[in-house]
Amino acid sequence: MTPAAAAPSPAGHHLGKDLIGLEDLDADRIQAILDTAEPFKEISERPIKKVPVLRGKTIVNLFFEPSTRTRISFEFAEKRLGADTVNISASGSSVEKGETLVDTARNLEAMRIDMVVVRHGSSGAAQFLAERIPSNVINAGDGQHEHPTQALLDLLTLRDTLGKIKGIKVCIVGDIRHSRVARSNIFGLLHMGAEVAVCGPRSLIPAGIEELGVRCFGRVEEAIEWSDALNILRLQLERMKTGFVPSLREYNRVFGVSRARLDAAGRRIVILHPGPMNRGVEIDSDVADGPESVILPQVTNGVAVRMAVLYLLAGGHPEHAEAAKGGAA
Amino acid sequence: MGALIARQVSGILAAQSARSGLPSAQESTEGGTRTPVLSEEESKATLARLADEVGKGGEINDLVLVGIRRRGDHLAARLASHLLSRHETDVPTGSLDITLYRDDFAQIGPRPIIGVTDIPVDLTDRRVVVVDDVLFTGRTIRAALNELADFGRPRRIELCVLIDRGGRELPIHADYVGTTVEVGVGQRVVVHVPEEDGELGAFLESEQEAG
Repeated sequence: MTPAAAAPSPAGHHLGKDLIGLEDLDADRIQAILDTAEPFKEISERPIKKVPVLRGKTIVNLFFEPSTRTRISFEFAEKRLGADTVNISASGSSVEKGETLVDTARNLEAMRIDMVVVRHGSSGAAQFLAERIPSNVINAGDGQHEHPTQALLDLLTLRDTLGKIKGIKVCIVGDIRHSRVARSNIFGLLHMGAEVAVCGPRSLIPAGIEELGVRCFGRVEEAIEWSDALNILRLQLERMKTGFVPSLREYNRVFGVSRARLDAAGRRIVILHPGPMNRGVEIDSDVADGPESVILPQVTNGVAVRMAVLYLLAGGHPEHAEAAKGGAA
Repeated sequence: MGALIARQVSGILAAQSARSGLPSAQESTEGGTRTPVLSEEESKATLARLADEVGKGGEINDLVLVGIRRRGDHLAARLASHLLSRHETDVPTGSLDITLYRDDFAQIGPRPIIGVTDIPVDLTDRRVVVVDDVLFTGRTIRAALNELADFGRPRRIELCVLIDRGGRELPIHADYVGTTVEVGVGQRVVVHVPEEDGELGAFLESEQEAG
């Protein structure tokens, strides 16, 4: 988990074939995705929410783990760009019959697809797939590795709300150890020049995280005092069974973000949450629904940022794009 | 000035001979030459004439001007201000970025910068005048027509351009034309507006110049 010294991109907007994670994505490329997302916001406000730029492209959403919001967000993004989409979930498909990830993907390839959006329970699954099929691969969450589009929509929402990312202080609260959202956010925020902290039970903070340049808070009050924005992660309820957290009530008492704790800071602290929320566990209802919350703008931005990623990956001929700049009227 | 404005320049030599009392027509730029087609004064007068023609061309109470980014939107704003002073009618003005409707995405890939499209009113049953700087192949206008259809069903759509340089590849024509220019091989027409380029005018450039 070392922050890769991301190589400067030859053309700032060029992402390459796949989007696997933010660890290797430099600030120029992240900036290009966020800037491209801006005009895509407007498309979702139109009476006819569809542009023809990916007309004729076939995109498969391959979800080996349950997901509602990410899958729907990708599907809206794909459809609003005019692509044809197919959704495949693990249950009720050949995956359930024991087909391997690569066999599933190769069979899809044989039906002439262009892009795969993949979610999988194993870290590295997206990379594994990307190396084996010619289609563009977008990681929609792989194990405990990365969830890049979630971090990109968080970055876009922070930039919208605070006007910039460089120099802002963002604390990620919750289960950092098992969270791909936390990892992608840490890489993205550090590349973009933000200050990053994490806060949670010691059992849920990975050892050595300070070496990335990330600050650790053991008390949520200290984290709130330090932060411009809090990204509050969902407490995975299955963590109770494995003994990382004693009880939900105990977690809420110590790490829950409450109105009283927030008000004690005496200034506006932006509240993000990737959803779905456990109200009354990691976040109290009057915080989730409060004036500081940008949780619903995050969802809106998710569609725009995914449209930007799909658009930028789909073309793939940056040298032609450069040559055509200011071209035919 | 009236005669000067009314004329339709045909070819660059005509453009140059019609100019009087203006500094040397041809300038060198890095890697090429640029020759003025319309000076700042001529551009202003041409835009005023175009605004008058648009005003006389039909009902202006339901008129909407839609400029194609990134020059046509500024020209549309100029036409709107003429119409406001001439007819005391505040004509709604929108801007259109046609990047996502281009027909060459598969050939050139994603363009790095997409502008925001801003259509301030429902276009259904309105008279829409699309405004662009240079009319060339007609492919930009085809894209604009497709995009406009996603904002409602206008009663009528017309096209107003500052320069018609010929070379159409689609059956598209302009209803209001500032001036026509014949463009030789290796040349192109550019329109500059103060908001983007710091100057107002139209120029013929040799194509060695980057950009």
